[in-house]
Amino acid sequence: MAKITFDGIEIEVPDGTTILNAARKIGGNIVPPAMCYYTPIKGTGGKCRACLVKVAAGSAKDPRPMPKLVPSCITTVQDGMVVENTTNQSVLDVRKGIVEMLLINHPLDCPVCDQAGECDLQNFAFEHGVATTRYEEERRTFEKIDIGPYIQLHMTRCILCYRCVYTADQLTERRVHGVLGRGDAAEIGTYIDNIIDQDFSGNVIDVCPVGALTDKTWRFKSRVWFTKPVNAHRDCGNPKCSGNVVLWYKGKDVLRVTARKDEYGEVKEWICNECRFEKKETADWTLEGPAHIDSSSVISANHYELPVVNPQVIADLPESSVRDLENNPPLKLGR
Amino acid sequence: MESTTATVKPQFSEAAKAEIARLFEHYPAERRKSALLPILHIAQAEFGGWVSPEVQDLVAETIGILPIEVYEVSSFYTMFNLKPVGQHVLEICRTGPCMLRGSDELTAQLERLTGAKVGETSSDGLFTLKEVECLAACGTAPIVQVREKYYEQLDTPEAVDAMLAELRNLVHRPLLPWEQTGLAHSQQ
Amino acid sequence: MGRKLLTEHINVPGIDTFEVYRKHGGYRSVEKALKTMTPDEVVEEVKKSGLRGRGGAGFPTGMKWSFLAKPEGVPRHLVCNADESEPGTFKDRELMTKLPHLLIEGMITSSYALGANTSYIYIRGELLYVLRILERAIAEAYAKGYLGKNILGSGYDLDLHVHPGGGAYICGEETALLESLEGKRGNPRNKPPFPAVQGLYARPTVVNNVESIAAVVPIVNDGGDEYAKIGIGKSTGTKLISACGHLNKPGIYEIELGVPVEEFIYSDEYCGGIWKGRDLKAVVAGGSSVPILPKELILKTAAGENRLMTYESLSDGGFVTGTMLGSGGFIAMDETTCIVRNTWSFSRFYHHESCGQCSPCREGTGWLEKVLHRLEHGHGHMHDIDLLVSVAKQIEGNTICPLGEAAAWPVAAAVRHFRHEFEWHVTNPKEATRPGAYFSAKAALV
Repeated sequence: MAKITFDGIEIEVPDGTTILNAARKIGGNIVPPAMCYYTPIKGTGGKCRACLVKVAAGSAKDPRPMPKLVPSCITTVQDGMVVENTTNQSVLDVRKGIVEMLLINHPLDCPVCDQAGECDLQNFAFEHGVATTRYEEERRTFEKIDIGPYIQLHMTRCILCYRCVYTADQLTERRVHGVLGRGDAAEIGTYIDNIIDQDFSGNVIDVCPVGALTDKTWRFKSRVWFTKPVNAHRDCGNPKCSGNVVLWYKGKDVLRVTARKDEYGEVKEWICNECRFEKKETADWTLEGPAHIDSSSVISANHYELPVVNPQVIADLPESSVRDLENNPPLKLGR
Repeated sequence: MESTTATVKPQFSEAAKAEIARLFEHYPAERRKSALLPILHIAQAEFGGWVSPEVQDLVAETIGILPIEVYEVSSFYTMFNLKPVGQHVLEICRTGPCMLRGSDELTAQLERLTGAKVGETSSDGLFTLKEVECLAACGTAPIVQVREKYYEQLDTPEAVDAMLAELRNLVHRPLLPWEQTGLAHSQQ
Repeated sequence: MGRKLLTEHINVPGIDTFEVYRKHGGYRSVEKALKTMTPDEVVEEVKKSGLRGRGGAGFPTGMKWSFLAKPEGVPRHLVCNADESEPGTFKDRELMTKLPHLLIEGMITSSYALGANTSYIYIRGELLYVLRILERAIAEAYAKGYLGKNILGSGYDLDLHVHPGGGAYICGEETALLESLEGKRGNPRNKPPFPAVQGLYARPTVVNNVESIAAVVPIVNDGGDEYAKIGIGKSTGTKLISACGHLNKPGIYEIELGVPVEEFIYSDEYCGGIWKGRDLKAVVAGGSSVPILPKELILKTAAGENRLMTYESLSDGGFVTGTMLGSGGFIAMDETTCIVRNTWSFSRFYHHESCGQCSPCREGTGWLEKVLHRLEHGHGHMHDIDLLVSVAKQIEGNTICPLGEAAAWPVAAAVRHFRHEFEWHVTNPKEATRPGAYFSAKAALV
């Protein structure tokens, strides 16, 4: 075990834990943002530099500070390590710079992007960025590409986190897409016309932090905050598929199916393409109840979780919620 | 060598196959992918100065890796031409030290003399112009690389003319070491 | 005339063959090391020599060697970094072309010291013709029993292979080089783990520059102490300087560290002064990534002392008034040179060569180039100049590998020392692009 101090808070974690995961154990707004790191996928992390933190003391044995900021997602803790994140102005300044770098070639087409409302880059920019841009040059653009019947690649929005590449490597039988080219001309692609139709390939949509890989069956159907996420499961015949999903309802219609994500947007249980793309009827699923989405998310703003709480116990229920509750009586759970 | 077409699956010559077998011995058996860059060089030399998707698939098959692993690499390194090229690719260094000794003028001169702009191939199919970054020969700048040869100190019209004349008279590309060892080859 | 430890016989006809090289004292270090020294004793001599990595970072070679992990039963590797591509640097190409056996000898002696039985020379792909030269020389060494099984009856085995890159400056970064040697994209790895622990094929690996490995030969032949007698302070031995740009005699010079910069530029023994009878304007002393210095500051330190060709003297004054010896790529610019255009060219280089893995470098290098392109072509604003400094600062220190710094430093230094020239480009947009325009405008004012 190693005891570290993170933003003044002491915590003990097993040896080999990364600084980021130690911070996540503490939780709250001291947790560094992560745009490329993804716990369940090996090899991710260290690229976007969003999670850089200051190590003010390396360890109890060697308390010297580390000369440069370190990526908290791949740097492991040492006993006696002292880490500064929100308590260090230079860390926050650098992070502001990272937001700026990630946005200079991002199209800012949130109003027409399916990812808006559940976009890591949007959240990152909102929390750590500035409202203006100093970038006057032309932005990099790419044509949209359909890679197979289910997934659309909108490379212009990509921040080259490499998550989808590692995901395809680790989840599918035969990876057909990768990072091509280099520098700011690097792109996610299949090189030749090729379709990503491996089973489990749909998971690249869930791991994508932005709207670069989107679900074609859900394209332009609704804004995400107008839908209501409901946990559900089915007995999927595929042994590698968990069958545990979130159904995104608008009225009685299931508009899309995704894997379940934790509060850091990470999928712990993968789902197969059949569950994701072909089971869009309530009858296909056993419903469990509303999926909890982090309260700060725009998705939770439509109070979809209220139907399962008893409104009487909440003293100051907003008027909109009362109305919402009257118009949309609680979902009938179970099959 | 003729460039490949989509209908005919490309094959390495016997000489190239022997060279590839030699290369595989340089790396641990479970690390054959290490031979990817040297094999791409061989492929480019064998198949008309560029590596088509079919040629890259052949490279993947030869090593036993996924085609995407080859595409990722071939598109990362600038020496591999992913589109058809002319008989001679003139790689003109444009970086600072060459710029100080007149690489801008050299590029303009080559564009005039060949009729091709940077990134294009001359109408006679002889020359493709390509700008590259530092070739590590700054002391004899400005320079042009053509295949395995460096043409240095191209700061006079005479030197440039001499280079182009030499290349114009070169009907076939020079044989590479592994092609010279008695194995039958189309260009012998 | 300084001593030449590496290049004494470089112009001897046939020195690229085993016989002639051997006749001039070649392969003595292999015999001495394998027959009379333990591997640790070789490492000790290299430590004593004070040799610092000749690729650019200047890290003590002996110390790097002593960091190599030696777990039981795991093969170790020595990899020679012959991916020379830092603009202004062209010494290794010359060394390998003319003295292939010197590098091979250094590889054998160094591999023995490190306990490596398979070693690689990673050479940049553009130098395929040099790869052929090295492979021919390696074949000779095998034939003469200096490579292969049981070298010189010592029981030590070594296989040596040459591996070409494919055109990517970033592969000069040691972990990108190892990725490339594994047949992958040249994406630098996050560190730790360092190559000394997990390098090639996740095995302990030392990566050294060509010149560093060549220097091991005289160090073992004459002893580390003897080597350390040359030079000044912590800058020991000789160094190959590749001199280019507006010099009368550009080329490669082996100098004893400590030669005054002024002597190096102007004496006939070295560069013979500035071409066309012109005045010197600025120098980039250690490859394009190190800070540019104006004439006054490259000849003398801010304190007025003579600037010497040593690691310490060139970095005197930090980045405010100093620079770095780096790789020894010495680029001189005459008075007509446009600093903005030159900075743009360097920026374009780093933009082109960024691997694109981490966001500050991928996006920042492109941003710098675009702003500099606008300034150079008469479309700049005054606020662009501070923007350049700010973007450079946002990249520096926040990237996976040192390419970020390499891209940021030249821009920041150019603005630091030549801000007036950037401002002139903003206020004189119509003339900005014309070569030498700033020089003639300045001359007209005098």
